[in-house]
Amino acid sequence: MPRRTDLHTLMVIGSGPIVIGQGCEFDYSGVQACKVLRREGYRIVLVNSNPATIMTDPEFADATYIEPLTPEMCERIIEAEQPDAILPTVGGQTALNLALALHQRGVLEKHGIELIGASLPSIELAEDRQLFKDAMTAIGLKSPPSEVVGSVEDALSAAERLGYPALVRPSFTLGGSGGGVAHDQAELREIAERGLKLSPIGQILVDKSLLGWKEYELEVMRDARGNFVVVCTIENLDPMGVHTGDSITVAPAQTLTDKELQRLRDAARAVLDKVGLATGGANVQFAINPDDGDVYVIEMNPRVSRSSALASKATGFPIAKIAALLAVGFTLDEIPNDITRVTPASFEPSLDYVVVKIPRWNFEKFAGVDRVLGPQMKAVGEVMAIGRTFPEALQKGIRALDIGMVGFGSRLEEAPPEVLRLPTAQRLFQVASALFNGMPLPEVAATTGFDPWFVRQMADIMHIQQTIIGKKLTLERLDAADFRKLKRCGFSDAHIAQLVGVDETAVRDRRKALGVTPVYYRVDTCAAEFEAFTPYLYSTYEDGDEAEPTGRPKVVILGGGPNRIGQGIEFDTCCVHACFALREMGYETIMVNCNPETVSTDYDTADRLYFEPLTAEDVLNIIDVEKPDGVLVQFGGQTPLNIAHALAAAGAPIWGTPVETIDLAEDRERFNALMRELDIPQPEGATAMNKSEALAAADRIGYPVLVRPSYVLGGRGMALAFDADMLADWLDKQITWGAHPVLIDRFLDDAFEVDVDALCDRQRVTIGGIMQHIEEAGVHSGDSACVLPPYKISMYHIEIIREYTQRIGKALGVKGLFNIQFAIKDEVVYVLEVNPRASRTVPFVGKATGHPLARYAAQIAAGRTLDEIGFLEEPRVDGFFVKEAVLPFQKFPGVDARLGPEMRSTGEVMGHASGFGHAFAKAEMAAGTALPLDGGVFISVNDFDKGAVVKIARDLHKLGFALLATSGTAHWLQTVGLPVTPVNKVSEGSPHIVDRMRAGDIQLIINTPRGGQAHADGALIRGTAHLYGVPIITTMSAAMAAVQGIKAMKQKPLRVRSLQAHHGRG
Amino acid sequence: MQGCLALEDGSVYAGLGFGAEGVQTGELVFNTSMTGYQEILTDPSYHKQIVTMTVPHVGNTGINPEDVESDRVWVAGFVVRALSPVVSNWRTQGDLDAYLKAQGVIGLSDVPTRALVRHIRSRGVMRAAIAHGEAAQDPAALVEQARQSPDMSGWNLVDDVTCAEPYNWTERSDPQWYRSHRYDPAGPLVVAYDFGIKRNILRMMTDRGLRVRVVPAHTPAADVLAMNPAGVFLSNGPGDPAAVTYAIQNVRDLLGKTSVFGICLGHQILGLALGGRTEKMRFGHRGGNQPVKNLLSGVVEISSHNHGFAVTPDSDLSGAEITHINLNDNTVEGLRHVGLGAFSVQYHPEASPGPHDSLYLFDEFVSRVKA
Repeated sequence: MPRRTDLHTLMVIGSGPIVIGQGCEFDYSGVQACKVLRREGYRIVLVNSNPATIMTDPEFADATYIEPLTPEMCERIIEAEQPDAILPTVGGQTALNLALALHQRGVLEKHGIELIGASLPSIELAEDRQLFKDAMTAIGLKSPPSEVVGSVEDALSAAERLGYPALVRPSFTLGGSGGGVAHDQAELREIAERGLKLSPIGQILVDKSLLGWKEYELEVMRDARGNFVVVCTIENLDPMGVHTGDSITVAPAQTLTDKELQRLRDAARAVLDKVGLATGGANVQFAINPDDGDVYVIEMNPRVSRSSALASKATGFPIAKIAALLAVGFTLDEIPNDITRVTPASFEPSLDYVVVKIPRWNFEKFAGVDRVLGPQMKAVGEVMAIGRTFPEALQKGIRALDIGMVGFGSRLEEAPPEVLRLPTAQRLFQVASALFNGMPLPEVAATTGFDPWFVRQMADIMHIQQTIIGKKLTLERLDAADFRKLKRCGFSDAHIAQLVGVDETAVRDRRKALGVTPVYYRVDTCAAEFEAFTPYLYSTYEDGDEAEPTGRPKVVILGGGPNRIGQGIEFDTCCVHACFALREMGYETIMVNCNPETVSTDYDTADRLYFEPLTAEDVLNIIDVEKPDGVLVQFGGQTPLNIAHALAAAGAPIWGTPVETIDLAEDRERFNALMRELDIPQPEGATAMNKSEALAAADRIGYPVLVRPSYVLGGRGMALAFDADMLADWLDKQITWGAHPVLIDRFLDDAFEVDVDALCDRQRVTIGGIMQHIEEAGVHSGDSACVLPPYKISMYHIEIIREYTQRIGKALGVKGLFNIQFAIKDEVVYVLEVNPRASRTVPFVGKATGHPLARYAAQIAAGRTLDEIGFLEEPRVDGFFVKEAVLPFQKFPGVDARLGPEMRSTGEVMGHASGFGHAFAKAEMAAGTALPLDGGVFISVNDFDKGAVVKIARDLHKLGFALLATSGTAHWLQTVGLPVTPVNKVSEGSPHIVDRMRAGDIQLIINTPRGGQAHADGALIRGTAHLYGVPIITTMSAAMAAVQGIKAMKQKPLRVRSLQAHHGRG
Repeated sequence: MQGCLALEDGSVYAGLGFGAEGVQTGELVFNTSMTGYQEILTDPSYHKQIVTMTVPHVGNTGINPEDVESDRVWVAGFVVRALSPVVSNWRTQGDLDAYLKAQGVIGLSDVPTRALVRHIRSRGVMRAAIAHGEAAQDPAALVEQARQSPDMSGWNLVDDVTCAEPYNWTERSDPQWYRSHRYDPAGPLVVAYDFGIKRNILRMMTDRGLRVRVVPAHTPAADVLAMNPAGVFLSNGPGDPAAVTYAIQNVRDLLGKTSVFGICLGHQILGLALGGRTEKMRFGHRGGNQPVKNLLSGVVEISSHNHGFAVTPDSDLSGAEITHINLNDNTVEGLRHVGLGAFSVQYHPEASPGPHDSLYLFDEFVSRVKA
């Protein structure tokens, strides 16, 4: 069937902020959908609250709305744009839920809007646990014995019947939010209560746990004619019990016979038929009993998902793009396979390689979190590696993680069976240790639940490692055959160097001298049956190189690797922009990255894609083959910068700001000297190489102090110390003293902080945007809300900031982007830090100003001047743009949800409006914590904030809110004549504040932490607020902003406006 | 131990031998199925062919007795990238290395299979010699042996693989592998010509209530008609269809007298019997992911293939219509002659290995023979 001509305007819903369980894979899927539907001539209206995405670049849609993903706001957009249909299947669970909500409110019906790509009954059937289970039974498929319940008591009685351990899964949540394994009644009570809260329909499923069963996933597609294909089979290394997003997974499935595989394929097809998925992509998860092959259906997602992004990258079959085409009426056989060109998309990819996906966690940022993996996803990112064999792919994946592991067995430790039994982030490496230490293979398989097939392959890796160590082999004794064997097993040069006791360069030199270099094979969807026209490449050590580099002028762009807190989608967006800019300039663009969620690793983004780890070895191998004119390391965050030295030392042509300049900005002593020379104030600071130096420096500077290790991103390990005891304690726990010093700075409490993104071509500086943080100093810039333009800073200070920015950019000789953080305290403007690279805020500034700074930066790196680019004036910002951070505390019960100097947010949203209040209110709404218009406000502040809180309380009272407060704060507010209801602290007994929250008496919480200590009561309040979705404000400046927001909303309703209309291009 | 694969064009690929030792020659082909190596090894259609698997890890699930398609391994040699060092599956009864050794078939591992497949893709299939053990040390001699071996074109291999005596087939498939399963022991009789028949074809027929009598390839049409069958089935098999002249003649004699259903070689023989021509393909179709469009329904079937010859689309087929084509290269994949009550497909609806999308063809056959 040809494309539908009865549809003209299509609305695509994005997935909103990056959160655990819903990452940038939906930027990838959304971009694909928007691109291909526009190419087909449809008018695209995009709505997504996340400004860091590529899809919200104005060029990907006809009307781009960066607005909260709520039914109310969406309805306003629908009223303005009158779409004919909505595509809700490329924006994750968020988009599906939003589509359902629009339907339930009658919006779809009222405006005559069709849902394409999914039908409402099928969404409901797939998402409602009981309906799905019944449907499976009806078609003769088994699902785990389970009961759907709506109360804790029912959950307990269900578990009595099903037996412990019991698996709890809430309905309609993403990433398994609120799920857990309960081993007894007490655990079940807690998990069930949390799950019921998090399920939008107050429903949970209590399953018989299939702990230890093998888990498989089929990524499938079907079209309106009933054509059905399995794009990819995925086998989890971790058995059932670990969320698939937290599992190491392998494609294609390795331990199924054809009969078993076809049985799953038939079942998956029957599931799709039953659920009624008419067109599009879906995944179906199965559990298989390793002892008798019994098959259970676990779940089905009727949409593009995280695993479909993985499957797309793993096979070269672009699921989201094809799903979008199917949704508008095409059939699979009408869509060509981009890679082979001659064959259609109605086929099943055949893989002649092995793909391994390994999740990336950030547990170190969340003190108190339960690190054991379970049914609720905890990973913040992932890497994918491609190799010809499982050992090769596994070891490539491990080094791609960027966690200091250069190979499977590169960090050996004691690993007793009781440790192996627990699924954790470390288990993979503990298995390496156990194998090295001689644990029998069957015991490893039995304790971990890993299939013996994988265990044996892992043992083979460790056997090679043992041979090198046992024979005390030296580098000179490794011949070409040895190297070939090591490389074919995935050993990195760095790991070999570690094993033979030399440095990595020596290994590389010898390997190359022996002629052992990788070849590059193409990911071609067809196991070489047809020619591949798309240079989507991975390395291996075999014969027959397929890289076929061109002789064109070319630039290599290094991506950011796995997403993690502090280094996320923003950097991928910058890399993609760099790519687009250089392509426009006529360069061939070559992307190197290993993150399957991203737009940068779409084979359609750069001219050539190397899906490889971002290590010096892997990148230098590519440079050897491609011989690029330039290499860009400044766009992918810290990961590419970490290898910039090694690349430069090996003669790679690094473009843009030189590595030495980046070093200068990181080197505290040299940077301080430069600031003194430029006469720019900095907070007093010091570097310390040991504990006593640190304590002495802090004494000299005066508490509170900010401490952190050098060379980190995202405030990793940064802390605020209020006294010597705290500092000593932190140093003992966090620091391993070595080559890098610890930085100690005076903490400018109560200062305003400002972020500046600017461009410099070594001659001139143009500021891209000046953002004021809404939270005061002490909250990491990545976790603070910020506003562009500043709303509370005098012109005088802004002028100083501008002038300092000019001075610093030129003095450093930046060639591209740089970011400066300033603080203003007592009328003095201080420089806190300078980063001569793309920053996290660059995409946000781009959306607010209409100027794609990363594109300009790439052009500068390629030799253009700001004058030639035509960007000489700081853009004037029309209205206010507020960026708000989104934090993962809901996923980590037990972690204190207060903001601090360590970045912990996973994502961001943007709100924009002509006034600050509306913009802030929208940002909060988009972040999922909409400001209330009435109800009760609970106030509990530290003594320091008591002065400031009076005005806030008075304003809220005038706005009609009931005031509640703990005794101290209540007493204080009463003395200034405000009516306040005192509420017990938890420690004072029921009914206390948490009871009042549960009872629904509280719609907003203003709670500033007391001093340096995490207060038990405060932590409980914050945790409960996150659980119940009550907005919680932990700083006075944010409270003031919230009052402005509430006031603005009460005066005038929120309005929506597309970026194109805003920037006058609509 | 040392192993070697030598091609008639002089290319030589070294590897590690497994299975039996010695030398074998055959036509070198590749298969892109990611599962089902046991079914492939035992498919008689691979007689005199050395099969290269594109999937790197092979042998992972070991040997499962019920996964064979005949009573022995038929491939002339088996080439893989990585022979699994371990077997893992709940049904497994042994490992691939020992199995091939027992069957006297040479395996070769650690071969750069992707480079080899790209070579075949660009040059076409060719004769090769596979060696394991001492013989592998003289590649030049192996190249010569490859050059001396018979060419697949014009080679009748059916005589090697067909059964010696007629027999009744009663086994049906294990219900756990198929979602729908109905068995009618008293159904109509079908005679199946064994040109190298796969067991799953027989099971698919018995599953659907057909009584199946398998007969040797040489059985005259008159003998078959004397059994008064409700339909005749023409099986898959190895070699050049045009060389199996007696079968073509038998089918001509049967046409119009009974319902005929052919698969693979059986399809080619039907095409030839109808007056069409067959041609050798550059490198054939071997895999489980081929898109075949049913031109009657418009639906695409993901299908299992194993053929190196095909019916020429522009040949005179006495009014038969082309019902199925391969969307990758427009190869003729299905024929139907309504007047003569015959139909056939080039690919493998019985799958094994491969997807089950095309099982409906057996239902069609059943409804024809019952009509």
